[in-house]
Amino acid sequence: MEKVRTETGPRDVGKVRPVSGQDPRPGVVRWFQKYGFVIGFLVLPVSLYAVFVISPFVQAILYSFTDWTGLSSDFKMVGFDNYDWLLHDDLFWKAVGHNVLLLLVVPLVTLGLGLFFAFMLNVGGRGRKNSAVSGVRGSSLYKVVYFFPQVLSIAIVALLFQFTYNPRNGALNAFLGGIGLDALEQQWLADPKLALWCLMVVMVWCNVGFYVVLFSAGMSSIPKDFYEAALLDGANRITTFFRITLPLLWDTVQTGWIYMGILALDAFAVVQIMTVGPGGPADSTQVLGYYVYTKTFRDGQAGRATSIGVAMLIVTMIFAVVVSRLGRRERLEY
Amino acid sequence: MTSPAQPSELRGAAKDDAVPHEPAGDQLPPRYTPEGRIGSEGKVLNVFSHGMLVLWALLVTMPLLWAVMSSLKTDKEIFTSPWGLPGTLHFDNWSRAWSKSNIGDFFVNTVVVVGCSLVGTMLLGAMAAYVLARFEFPGRRVVYFMFVGGMSFPIILALVPLFFVMKNLALLNTFHGLILVYIAYSLPFTVFFLTSFFKTLPSSVAEAALIDGASQTRTFFQVMLPMAKPGLISVGIFNFLGQWNQYMLPTVLNTEEDKRVLTQGLVQLAASQQYKGDWSALFAGLVLAMLPVLGVYIIFQRQVQAGLTAGAIK
Repeated sequence: MEKVRTETGPRDVGKVRPVSGQDPRPGVVRWFQKYGFVIGFLVLPVSLYAVFVISPFVQAILYSFTDWTGLSSDFKMVGFDNYDWLLHDDLFWKAVGHNVLLLLVVPLVTLGLGLFFAFMLNVGGRGRKNSAVSGVRGSSLYKVVYFFPQVLSIAIVALLFQFTYNPRNGALNAFLGGIGLDALEQQWLADPKLALWCLMVVMVWCNVGFYVVLFSAGMSSIPKDFYEAALLDGANRITTFFRITLPLLWDTVQTGWIYMGILALDAFAVVQIMTVGPGGPADSTQVLGYYVYTKTFRDGQAGRATSIGVAMLIVTMIFAVVVSRLGRRERLEY
Repeated sequence: MTSPAQPSELRGAAKDDAVPHEPAGDQLPPRYTPEGRIGSEGKVLNVFSHGMLVLWALLVTMPLLWAVMSSLKTDKEIFTSPWGLPGTLHFDNWSRAWSKSNIGDFFVNTVVVVGCSLVGTMLLGAMAAYVLARFEFPGRRVVYFMFVGGMSFPIILALVPLFFVMKNLALLNTFHGLILVYIAYSLPFTVFFLTSFFKTLPSSVAEAALIDGASQTRTFFQVMLPMAKPGLISVGIFNFLGQWNQYMLPTVLNTEEDKRVLTQGLVQLAASQQYKGDWSALFAGLVLAMLPVLGVYIIFQRQVQAGLTAGAIK
């Protein structure tokens, strides 16, 4: 058993130690007293987590090497057969393509709009209240409104937009018709060329508010002096944004990018709820997350399904590594 | 979407670019103040930025208002004039959705599941975070990274085996099974957030309590938990919204009709009602599911915004 560390460790800040080091009790008793409590507090959360989170993840990787159907309990190891099938499966590559498109477009648009609105809210209104730099009027109200979609379930949002896109009685076509743009009325979700873009709009709509609030918090911690100095040097707002705000906010933007990418990779709920098929029309909205679901629960090919899941994990990890490498910059202290 | 605003964006940018090219230095007034120069640049940009801000506010609110409006119309009105105001306010749609379409039952199910799992998440998460933050013991780092690592994995990968884990434990289609899963999947963020929060708390108070003879357990519940209240509220709001809005987990693990939670119940309802053509009840159900969360948000907006974004700032 490891010896009790009573001496100052690397992080003894919060560590409860005998006050003056003259505890007369023997080490074993102290060990039990200290770790008994630790074990008592950890046993429930750790076991719950191990059973419902860790073990399924590990199993998923193991099952991806079997021909398990998911229906019966017997299966045999098939090596890399599932992955071989995967590499030759057209639908898989189609789904990967859609996921990559989501991964590129959704974070870019969401974070771009989030940064733009946050900048306008915090720095946009110059010359008010005798201070050189300030937000526009009513900025807190905008933040409240923009954040609305974030508190709603993705299921509710997906339904709402399914109704909105409805060609017969949906809000979108009715609006276009109302302002005389009948020519722009579309079948939206029933059009293979448009369906995926319709989903992207929903994902952007949901998440912009979150980033407006997040970036606003970051921007408000940038010292006003920086902006005032830039202003005296004759910088306009666009220069200020690219030379001051964005570099100082870079860490937050990068975190947001990864977070948003993971979200875009998922896309399970919007596809399952909104699209025809689901995944259609003509597989134009098939994504990896939904493909896993159909392979398991419709086709009874749990082994193959988990191999798709593992592929998804790999895409996620590649994405996270690429973003954090690409975005690495000198950290600025202020 | 942004097409009406684009010309003004271009004009705004051109105007803005032109400013620094003005002969600088020698022509400046003796006392150069920022406000003096901003006047002209500010006006154009202010119109543009305000325009964009208002446009997005409309884009966010219009679909929501449209749903509320439609929920008070007759089916005929929904089809003939999607944007028209309802002739009379049909609140009977709401009562029909609540009782006949089982939205009421789904609501109660959700309250039960989320209520229990929220309490469990906070208790277990705080306990784990507390020992991870303030005690030195073998394996501490392993346990911590095991929890935190869970934040970055796509849940969908675990979903298939999780279904069979639940099946073997006879937990499929039960409330307590769903509650345990909600707790387990909320732990990574809760532990991550609260561990860093407990690290920031001063240790002197806890030490004083221990010297006074309080047990470690008592110190935790009566001294440390009350001190951690701000952190608990933030992460509590985060978990409440996450669990209340959860869709994927119940869709796979909880398929029995009378046990459905609000989100999945609503989606099922949409599938069947569209077929039957009872659109008004469907919109009413959607609004009934939407309003409580929006109401809670408007009351606690500051805490909600802080709670949801807290994790990303760290």
